[in-house]
Amino acid sequence: MKRFLIAALTVGAAAASAQQPAATTKVGPTLIKNATILTVTKGKLENADILLMNGKIAQIGKNLSAPAGAQVIDATGKYVMPGIIDPHSHTMIDAVNEGSLSVTSMVRIHDVLNPTDVNIYRQLAGGVTSINVLHGSANTIGGQNAVVKLKWGRPVEDMIFKAAPPGIKFALGENVTRKNSQTAAQAQGLPLRYPATRMGQEEVLRDAFTRARDYKATWDDYNARVAKGEKGLVPPEHDLELDPLVEVLEGKRFVHAHSYRADEMLMLLNVAKEFGFTVKTLQHGLEGYKIASEIAQAGTGLSTFADEWSYKVEAYDAIPYNVAILMRHGVVATVNSDSDERARRLNIDAAKMMRYGGLTEDEALKTITYNGAVQLGVQDHVGSLEVGKDADVVIWSGDPLSVYSSAETTFIDGEIFFDKKKDLAMRDQMAKERAALEAADRGRRTTPVIP
Amino acid sequence: MMMRRTSAAVVLSVLPIFAARAQLGSFNPPPGPQGTFVIRGGHIVTVSGADIPNGSVVISGGKITAVGANVQAPPSAQVIDASGLMVYPGMIETGSSVGLSEIGQGVVATVDIQEVGSFNPNAQAFYGIDPHSAHVGVARVVGITTVVSRPTGGIMSGQATLINLAGDTPPKMAVVPRVALVIELPRSGFGGRGFARAIAQQGNPADANRTRQLQMDSLRSMLRDADAYGKAQAAYAKDKTLPRPAHDVVLESMLPALSGQMPVIFPADRVNDIRDAVTFAEEMHLKPIIMGGQEAPAIAPFLKQHNVPVVVTAVMHLPSREDDPYDVNYTIPAKLAAAGVTFAISTGDRGSEIRTLPYNAGMAAANGLSKTDALKSVTLWPAQIFGVGDKMGSIEVGKMANVVVTTGDILEAKTDTKYLFIDGRLVPLDTKHTQLNAMFKDRP
Repeated sequence: MKRFLIAALTVGAAAASAQQPAATTKVGPTLIKNATILTVTKGKLENADILLMNGKIAQIGKNLSAPAGAQVIDATGKYVMPGIIDPHSHTMIDAVNEGSLSVTSMVRIHDVLNPTDVNIYRQLAGGVTSINVLHGSANTIGGQNAVVKLKWGRPVEDMIFKAAPPGIKFALGENVTRKNSQTAAQAQGLPLRYPATRMGQEEVLRDAFTRARDYKATWDDYNARVAKGEKGLVPPEHDLELDPLVEVLEGKRFVHAHSYRADEMLMLLNVAKEFGFTVKTLQHGLEGYKIASEIAQAGTGLSTFADEWSYKVEAYDAIPYNVAILMRHGVVATVNSDSDERARRLNIDAAKMMRYGGLTEDEALKTITYNGAVQLGVQDHVGSLEVGKDADVVIWSGDPLSVYSSAETTFIDGEIFFDKKKDLAMRDQMAKERAALEAADRGRRTTPVIP
Repeated sequence: MMMRRTSAAVVLSVLPIFAARAQLGSFNPPPGPQGTFVIRGGHIVTVSGADIPNGSVVISGGKITAVGANVQAPPSAQVIDASGLMVYPGMIETGSSVGLSEIGQGVVATVDIQEVGSFNPNAQAFYGIDPHSAHVGVARVVGITTVVSRPTGGIMSGQATLINLAGDTPPKMAVVPRVALVIELPRSGFGGRGFARAIAQQGNPADANRTRQLQMDSLRSMLRDADAYGKAQAAYAKDKTLPRPAHDVVLESMLPALSGQMPVIFPADRVNDIRDAVTFAEEMHLKPIIMGGQEAPAIAPFLKQHNVPVVVTAVMHLPSREDDPYDVNYTIPAKLAAAGVTFAISTGDRGSEIRTLPYNAGMAAANGLSKTDALKSVTLWPAQIFGVGDKMGSIEVGKMANVVVTTGDILEAKTDTKYLFIDGRLVPLDTKHTQLNAMFKDRP
């Protein structure tokens, strides 16, 4: 079983590397002029320019001059903001859950990323540039995540956000206990998987980290003896399940934990504290506001929905004031989509945070940009408009916190991956192409007859 | 510390007042009495006419009694200072099942949305509404004052109700208790869940088609039986010497739809399904409202020609085909407006997320629909489609006083509500969410 899994992983890795292009594309400089620039971390600049060069933000200021060969975009009346970061996504993946076991730390989202998922493009059109692609919530310890830049049209390896530290998905509560799917599972004669309660979830975590700690001790001991110069030692066996958990214990891998109820979140924070690691983010965390101080004290972030609630019982006490309460308690909080649909309009979700809890414009913008970068460990690269950061930049038709605005041009590393004008201009051509293909496919009518 | 104690005390003292038992608690504070109010100095967006930049709205006995730049208010009127604020008619969400479903997943006892069997024309949403649903309070504080709530499933799902989102009993909420019949026409094409299941069960499309034909035959004979029943009852009413026809509540319930008094909601998204619904409605002399309408733009001339309105629930839906333009659904309302088709915008959500209605309209406005049409599509137009255009949907003298006073543009997500009137009653802006916020926001 395990050997088969290893073989599958190896094949996956080989296929992925074969997709790597010979050379990366060279992008010329772009100067965006006369815009309202929302830097997010350094305020709003009216009638200002921003220069993108060599994939980075080279300059921000007034009356910048265009370097030779630069593309100049007049953005008078328009807004420029950093690309949106979605800290909870399942876009691009051909499989969401490896839910057969309660601990599947050995599986990797990286292996199932599909770079041709059209939702990448739809999200670029919503101003999104980076997403945290997570394993599902079927089991207590799920698979390893992948942080991705939405470079539509590129092979997977070009899209991986290389500066992002690795992470892993955990999950607690109702999805793990399968209380909503038990009957169906039982009807099909499927066995119930342990754990079926929140009690069992705590035990699964404790068991896994106890094993990981022992495994780490075995390796530490071996490495120490090798370092001392001992010869002829037999190295311990590698364990793909425990390796990532050791990285968690060593603070090298971020834990993103799906959780709803305050009590289960607190349980996880306490287990983590006991084992000496910090949970990077609580994902969803709908009841986070009930234990905001404890979350702040643990140094844990929280990523939630703007206003989704009541869809299941553990979401019945969700409130849209969650983000504001958490922020006021010092928690790094973000708004996420968890949905190909909602990911396209996170700017509106951010604006809701001004209504519910009175966030300022900058604070609202942070929930979909800078704070997400912090939660994914890439705040030195993206999340705000600052010189030296990656040129992940979006031009909006108006204030992105207005429902009437839409993204017009989306840059990643200084390169345009969505351009509304071009998209519109290509539509006639696409329609013709489609008609031609359909005409060629004789005997099959695919277009409905319109009366 | 002090603050926390205060807010907790407030919440605790408030809660028992509303503790009339409901399924999962009672969170919606009751509205005040139908008093006399004057909303003064606000920017009034009448919707039906021009804006009044600095005007007043007088409310009395549940109605709007005066609107204008210079209006006299009775001295007894309670003054609402709206300076710097905006005044709108309440928004109307017509694609919901508010009050019929509280927690959709895993708490089945809170979901009363679908009756047993395929033909339930007499299942009335009005009798399933839980006035204490937390969704009610949460939706109204964004300015949604009225909803159509409908049963779903089967072929004749039942009858929808049009209610205001205030009142502690269904009769107090009701505006039109039986507002529309709901018929979910068996689908004619692939891709439909029902049809795909039928094929899976029966092995091939021909058998599934036969099943659909049988369902359509049953539906037709139901309606024809009701028609015959209606004629027999009418004949007997005129001539008592005729044999007295037995009463039948099920057949009786379809008569308003057959006489064209009550419209019929046909959920339909695809071109074929929309056309089938309209054709079927005309064959049976029903007055159709298309609910969904994702592909309505592709059949817009037909809809206009047959004068059929659409409740668009798909603005925020993902495009259904990979090669659809990314904005194919954002632009549905703009395309319908350009084609002259009557429409309203809806979230299509059962209840908890209907509060996103204004942003659905806003998204349509960001994608080609004019801002004024976007506002109409969630106020006056849904009212007109459901036959209450003379009662609500705009700020006009004589209309029901469903009025929202906001800090800004009502379709903007950052806008907050300052005052809310439903049926001329001032409604407290307290909800399950504000209650929990107050309880925990200052917890140390």
